[in-house]
Amino acid sequence: MKASTAERWLSLFILPSLNLLTAFFFTALILLITNVNPIEAAHYMIQGAFGSQEGWGYTLYYTTNFIFTGLAVAIAFHAGLFNIGGEGQAYIGGLGVTLVALGLSPYLPALIVIPLSIIAGALFGAAWAAIPGYLQAYRDSHIVITTIMFNFIAASLMVYLLVNVFAVPGEMTPASRSFPDDIKLWQWHEFMGFFGVDFDSSPLNISLLLALLCCYGVWFLLWKTRWGYEIRTVGANPDAAIYAGINPRKIWVLAMLLGGALAGLVSVNELLGVQHRLVLGFNAGYGFAGIAVALMGRNHPIGIILAALLFGALYQGGAELAFEMPNVTRDMVIVIQGLIILFSGAMEFMYQPLVRRLLWRWVRAGA
Amino acid sequence: MKRRLLGLAISLLLPTWAYSAEISPAIVYDLGTKFDKSFNEGVSNGAKRFTEDTKVEVREFEPSNDSQIEQAIRKMAKRGSDPIVSVGFSQANALGVVAKEFPDTSFTIIDSVVDQPNVRSVTFREEQGSFLVGALAALASKTGKIGFVGGQDIALIRKFACGYEQGAKYVNKDIEVFQNMTGSTGAAWNNPTKGGELAKSQFDRGADVVFAAAGGTGIGVYQAAKDNGKYAIGVDSNQNHLHPGTMLSSMIKRVDNAAYDTFKAKMDGTWTSGIVSLGLAEKGVGWAVDEHNEKIVEPFKEKMAAIEADIIADKIKIHDYMKTNSCEY
Amino acid sequence: MSIDPNASLALELLEVSKQFGAVKANQDINLSVVSGSVHGIIGENGAGKSTLMSIIYGLYQPDKGQIRVNGQAIQLRNPQQAISLGIGMVHQHFMLVETFTALENIILGAEGGALLKTTTATARQQLEQIIARHGLAVPLDIPVAELSVGVQQRIEILKALYRNARILILDEPTGVLTPQEADELFVILRQLTAQGVTVLLITHKLREIMAITDQVSVMRQGRMVAHRKTAETTIAELAELMVGRKVRHTVEYSEVALGTERLRVKDLVVRDASGVERVKKVNFHLNAGEIVGVAGVSGNGQSELLQVLAGIISPTAGEIHYSQHMITPKTPIDAAEVRRWGVAHVPEDRHRMGLVLPFQAYESQILGYQSEPKYNKGLSQNYTAMLNTYAEQAEKFDIRPRSPYLKSASFSGGNQQKIVISREINAEPEVLLVGQPTRGVDIGAIEFIHQQLMELRARGKAILLVSVELDEIISLSDRIIVMCDGMITGEVAREEVNETLLGMLMANATGEQHG
Repeated sequence: MKASTAERWLSLFILPSLNLLTAFFFTALILLITNVNPIEAAHYMIQGAFGSQEGWGYTLYYTTNFIFTGLAVAIAFHAGLFNIGGEGQAYIGGLGVTLVALGLSPYLPALIVIPLSIIAGALFGAAWAAIPGYLQAYRDSHIVITTIMFNFIAASLMVYLLVNVFAVPGEMTPASRSFPDDIKLWQWHEFMGFFGVDFDSSPLNISLLLALLCCYGVWFLLWKTRWGYEIRTVGANPDAAIYAGINPRKIWVLAMLLGGALAGLVSVNELLGVQHRLVLGFNAGYGFAGIAVALMGRNHPIGIILAALLFGALYQGGAELAFEMPNVTRDMVIVIQGLIILFSGAMEFMYQPLVRRLLWRWVRAGA
Repeated sequence: MKRRLLGLAISLLLPTWAYSAEISPAIVYDLGTKFDKSFNEGVSNGAKRFTEDTKVEVREFEPSNDSQIEQAIRKMAKRGSDPIVSVGFSQANALGVVAKEFPDTSFTIIDSVVDQPNVRSVTFREEQGSFLVGALAALASKTGKIGFVGGQDIALIRKFACGYEQGAKYVNKDIEVFQNMTGSTGAAWNNPTKGGELAKSQFDRGADVVFAAAGGTGIGVYQAAKDNGKYAIGVDSNQNHLHPGTMLSSMIKRVDNAAYDTFKAKMDGTWTSGIVSLGLAEKGVGWAVDEHNEKIVEPFKEKMAAIEADIIADKIKIHDYMKTNSCEY
Repeated sequence: MSIDPNASLALELLEVSKQFGAVKANQDINLSVVSGSVHGIIGENGAGKSTLMSIIYGLYQPDKGQIRVNGQAIQLRNPQQAISLGIGMVHQHFMLVETFTALENIILGAEGGALLKTTTATARQQLEQIIARHGLAVPLDIPVAELSVGVQQRIEILKALYRNARILILDEPTGVLTPQEADELFVILRQLTAQGVTVLLITHKLREIMAITDQVSVMRQGRMVAHRKTAETTIAELAELMVGRKVRHTVEYSEVALGTERLRVKDLVVRDASGVERVKKVNFHLNAGEIVGVAGVSGNGQSELLQVLAGIISPTAGEIHYSQHMITPKTPIDAAEVRRWGVAHVPEDRHRMGLVLPFQAYESQILGYQSEPKYNKGLSQNYTAMLNTYAEQAEKFDIRPRSPYLKSASFSGGNQQKIVISREINAEPEVLLVGQPTRGVDIGAIEFIHQQLMELRARGKAILLVSVELDEIISLSDRIIVMCDGMITGEVAREEVNETLLGMLMANATGEQHG
């Protein structure tokens, strides 16, 4: 085996697996302390996430959200920016989806309204991300601070709109009225049914395909086009970018626009795919989880798909676990997720020196 | 006919615990945590009381996002849980879907209305309870200024505020009512620090009674009242015991009863679907008097009783914010 | 080997080898360092010097072989152990906390007790003794950021001595120093050896080896190829040992007919971000077929001049004319536009600007030219064209290794510089702006780079060469502009050049100010 291959394996496969195992080990310890059989718990989680069509449906439905938010973080990261604002961008994206879905449906056929609504979701998300991007590029405001602030502003704005503008009189729920029946995305079971395949009902819808398409798009953009080249140059070395005649400010705004658009698409999955109306807090932390997803997926679309699947499985399997074992509360599931983020993200390289030494020994013995 | 009689005879002969095998109740909580010292916790307390009384375990689930709600209700129904209590208005849509899929299962939703033949919808007339504590606040206030601290700024809380204001104005039409919402996100239900700050600022502006309808945030409001020697009013469950002496009263919303009654009724075979609106008359809402605040409220009891009677007799008309999405009366 | 068998050895390496994957970084290294001497280790970039030093300092463990310190065989597992054995290291890039004072930096990591105050007091006493003993003038209470590079280096040395270093390893210590500062360093090293300290000096500058060392060992491709007493060798021999073949030393200078004017700078003023004037009313011109050297001590406005000419920063006042194009304070900053005028730029700092270190070699090879039609095919980049260009240039400039997919960071300094220079020359510019073309580049590559510049000149291109290496400027330039404190203090034609005159102009000792 060649040394470079060994090094690739180390970073792409061995380390992430070890980190995950460590996280699982500590999870098992905590479960033992709380008098829960970890093997049984693991069984419920895996069974819940992958053991049935319904489980798969929910897992992949969450995965869809995580892919969008993971990509949103990753693309900004390649431009050297840390986009913490996926949460707000997804939320505001929902505003775009809703405005078009409710506003244009009386005048246009669904076949036109739906794509327009998807585009509006992306555009609104992009616009929301563009402001922090602009402030970073031209006003030296730190993107981490501004995107966090914009999450709060988005939340406040949406609550205001839901309570005062969209709310249906006499309804307690802060939610818009429902979209017309034909303004929605194909559910997965409908989609599969079209091909004559039976699939259990779940929130999974064809947004998953959109998410995978976005993965390809991001990969193509970053590694196959000169805009991607310029984004990566700015991210890796802004001085070299200026030297090369690339304007980092423009690239920053561009990367934030793209990131915001991707985050905005969460609302397509949630609103057009599942809720069919604008509801309070539909973004439910997906934006923040996207940071961990991007981190685990090493900001590469393939890695993000895998990490998103893992997180999707944790969400669905975790819900199942909480359902099956009353001792495991919802908070315990959050602890498990936290441990995975801790070991895969924050302590990513903990095993690197050890594994590298062993690996070299092995490589050399084989040489 | 004979068979029915036989059944009746058997059921009369059997001790009550025999029924416990026949129902397996379940609860799907509202988003947020079970121990919110308020809404969810009220339901949870009802379930606990039911388990203590009947030794029947209640299955519970705390969803962490919207899609889990429908998933959980359906899963409960599939497992044969019956009745299933669905907590909070945000579950109305999900329950509407699932209730259709399981026509033989009984559902109860709290705080919202789902129009299905197998759903009991329990709503509370919060405006009546708020009106009462508003009146009480106006009676107790010496400065002619009172305050309201809400949790998350949503219609439900505005309904509380609106009733409170009406009650206060009913007693003293010149009274000034300060209103603050803690925030616009779910975090506003659990921010006692900010609750305390808001209450203090209202005290600084001259208020001497503050009503908190803010879940866990209220804890900070009550503390601030104690620290400043002013009165505070609790919400949802009886919170008078928290700071005896400065807790003027609590506006009670008996969500625990809503859950308990559903389970009990199902057990006794008296469960019915339809809309149940719990107001002052049904003792679904009210103001709390116990050993902790008895002395403080003694002088107002008579007047309060009169107002209560008038509300029940419909002599006092209270505007419901939800009807118009505004507080104009 | 010509070491006195009776001399006591401070450090001995016997058959030390170290391998990274397939790369044999050090192979059967033998080395004997006499106590109290200055021992030079010389070799091209990538010859294995740094690996060897890391082994001696305990950063790497050798795969085989033995290390002896003062005659005792030892196993070094980490730098802490090396320090406790009296081995100290001064890295090429200083390891100082810029906002801390010298004193704070020195006691950092050796604080001792829980209370900083007592440590500080005793440390100050000890340091003052060391300073007095070795003649190391260091202000202890000024934040490091405010001190000159030479003084910062002295702090690093003091840091090692404070930890009782008896063997001091210096990695390329003069790379960042002015000639005067380098001389001062050598005086200090002499004083140290007089006190019995052993100095191990790693460098690729032959001149320094001759000036200061007692013995010298030459490394090439991971092996020790020769040991010499400095007094018994010559620069030419060492150069040949280093490169493995004869090295020509002088650049062949030929007459080239002067062409039309390519660049004219009028009353150029550049202020930096904090408002300090870095370039002060500079005027000069550059014609086709000539190399104009810009000499000066580092930090006298050359960097800013180069950047403003390349369109990376804006001038504050004045005009820059490239044939029919012009840069004024009102021109928006756009290096790409300047490139389109036929101006190529080899930046002074290839790590900071010239390359994107995480990029693969072929990606760095098109930096600045990524928008050119030939590198794009529709939406996508044209990978065939990019790889072809890299293959061509790697062949022509002998970039090693040839692999286009290797990360730019993995190349040695000389090869990184070749990537940058080949890229800029390949653009066939009318004007080439070159900053420090041979900084941190090994001797074989220097020769090659100089040849390339001369060829470009022979093809009638105009070259502006900024360098702190006087030798380089003198041997390549047709005319030399000297900068001091942002001003041009003199212009010297090739025929009139001598080092004394340039030295005086660099210090602005003639008192004149040319326009």
